[in-house]
Amino acid sequence: MLTTRDNLFYFIYLHRTGLTVLALGVVLVAWPVMESNPYNLGLSNLIAIYAIVVLGLNLFIGYAGQISLGHAAFFAIGAYGSAIGTVTLGGPAWPVMMAVALVAALIALAVGLPALKLSGHYLAMATLGFNIVVYTILVQWDAVTGGPSGFAGIPYLTIGSVVFDNEIHFHYLVWTFAMVALLLCLNLVRSGVGRGLAALAEDETAAAALGVDTRRAKVKVFILSAVLASVAGSLFAHCYAFVSPDSFNIFVSVDFVIMVVVGGMGSIWGTLFGTALITLLPEWIEALESFKDIIHGLILVMILLFLPQGLVTGIVDAVRTRIALNRHA
Amino acid sequence: MSGFQDLLQFVFAGITSGAIYALIALGFCVVHNTIGIVNFAQVDFVSLGGMFLFSGLFWSGLPMVVALPCAVAAVTLVGIVVERLGVRPSRSQNHLVLIFLTIGISIILRGGMKLIWGKNRMAVPPLAGEEPLRIAGAAILPQAVAILVITTLAIGLLVFFFRGTRLGLCMRAVASNQTAAAVVGIPVGRVKAASFALAGGLGGLAGVLVTPITTLSYDVGVLLGLKGFAAAILGGFGSFPGAVLGGLLLGLLESLSAGYWSSAYKDVSAFVVLLLVLFVRPKGLLGK
Repeated sequence: MLTTRDNLFYFIYLHRTGLTVLALGVVLVAWPVMESNPYNLGLSNLIAIYAIVVLGLNLFIGYAGQISLGHAAFFAIGAYGSAIGTVTLGGPAWPVMMAVALVAALIALAVGLPALKLSGHYLAMATLGFNIVVYTILVQWDAVTGGPSGFAGIPYLTIGSVVFDNEIHFHYLVWTFAMVALLLCLNLVRSGVGRGLAALAEDETAAAALGVDTRRAKVKVFILSAVLASVAGSLFAHCYAFVSPDSFNIFVSVDFVIMVVVGGMGSIWGTLFGTALITLLPEWIEALESFKDIIHGLILVMILLFLPQGLVTGIVDAVRTRIALNRHA
Repeated sequence: MSGFQDLLQFVFAGITSGAIYALIALGFCVVHNTIGIVNFAQVDFVSLGGMFLFSGLFWSGLPMVVALPCAVAAVTLVGIVVERLGVRPSRSQNHLVLIFLTIGISIILRGGMKLIWGKNRMAVPPLAGEEPLRIAGAAILPQAVAILVITTLAIGLLVFFFRGTRLGLCMRAVASNQTAAAVVGIPVGRVKAASFALAGGLGGLAGVLVTPITTLSYDVGVLLGLKGFAAAILGGFGSFPGAVLGGLLLGLLESLSAGYWSSAYKDVSAFVVLLLVLFVRPKGLLGK
């Protein structure tokens, strides 16, 4: 017979994911009350925006086992799409955001259908090339994109009479989106589709033999990650009211990949950690400005050498192994 | 100028940059064939070549004839160090892990270059004079001639290396079947280190040849190197004739589209064609 205590623990264990999400939600709702420094809030907002991109990318890299060195391009399509749609064409912000996400999905479909026939280095090259093409267009087509000096004057988002025009409002806006993305990913990986993707990452042939339509699954998850990146890009544009090509070059794509790797490929919670760590790192090591890149690279190399499953997953695994060993010692 | 002279001019320019892409592409192929990974640090070998040449010329005051081989040798050494400290310790067989690993190494190298040589753009003097030669009405810089001659020589040497020397044959054996090579007593570890050395040498050579034409900075190799990678893919990744063919095609394509369409979008045209080729023929032109 289970005691009340056991029941409580069992309840917590059973609902661990939901409870963690709930706890995170409570912390996030309370966060602006405790932290009033707009600079720090700005940083946590940036984490939320990047987290939306990286969550999608982690589904593609970690779960589906594919490689993309071009997700900054979809981020750019969202940001510039919203900028051009609202300022140049004078459209309303929310419908434009959805329309741009749809465009990003179509582009992802057009690029993904042929590109995802490729694997490994070929796919890396195709996504990298796509990113370079988009970046060059942003820089060169200055009649539309504003060229290297960027695109300014993007309006703030509004809901009814609420205008999202300061860091606290941004906080609730972007973290709402980030939490929705998080829930989406958490649920997706537990669904049949998500299991299929995980199988695909392990062994494509075996997954296909078990009835996973591997090509379709890869394209779908690519499109999903592109849509998430595009929505994040739109939020980025509306929050900063300014976008410039430098936020979308291949090094940004590489940074997204580093966030995935640091958090752990295939770990949804790790994604949040990796995104936060890599976003905050430049702030912490400001004194070491000239060593910034080296430290960045060293973190990536060290993690890949010693904890290739990622920092969070790696440490959790190590602790679990230690506990199990002690129990049987 | 007549249309023919224009065309000739663009073709010369295309072959010159094509030769550079070919050298870089060969570096990518060597490492891929023996270790089976894409070595993104190759792009920094190119910048490093230019950097070492600059230091040799202006910090130690060496003459060009000495500084050039020294720079290439120094990058070769860096290649060995990268293999020994960065790639070999990784026991992972996972493709993604290894690709990201070389991206990390590339970031470290770039950070190191920024630290040592700073962020400013620098100028490296050309090998030969600066007076352009005139051939059938088209002007060619002596540096372009030097690039073509040295690249041809290097490719010739490479062919000899792979066909006529012990180490080259060992490398081909490892590329074809690593386990079998180890069974017959070929030191696989040393061969892998040698392949990184060779990649470093080829990248460094591309760097010392190209930086007098472009300018030198810590990230000059990134776009050049990625185009070299594109060339390797275009030709069929891992194939040496493919790498040379891909490099020349990419160079020609770029200079012709810059000449006849728009110089602002020449990177776009190169990559779009690459993507189209990949979509039609995913193995590349000469890939197996």
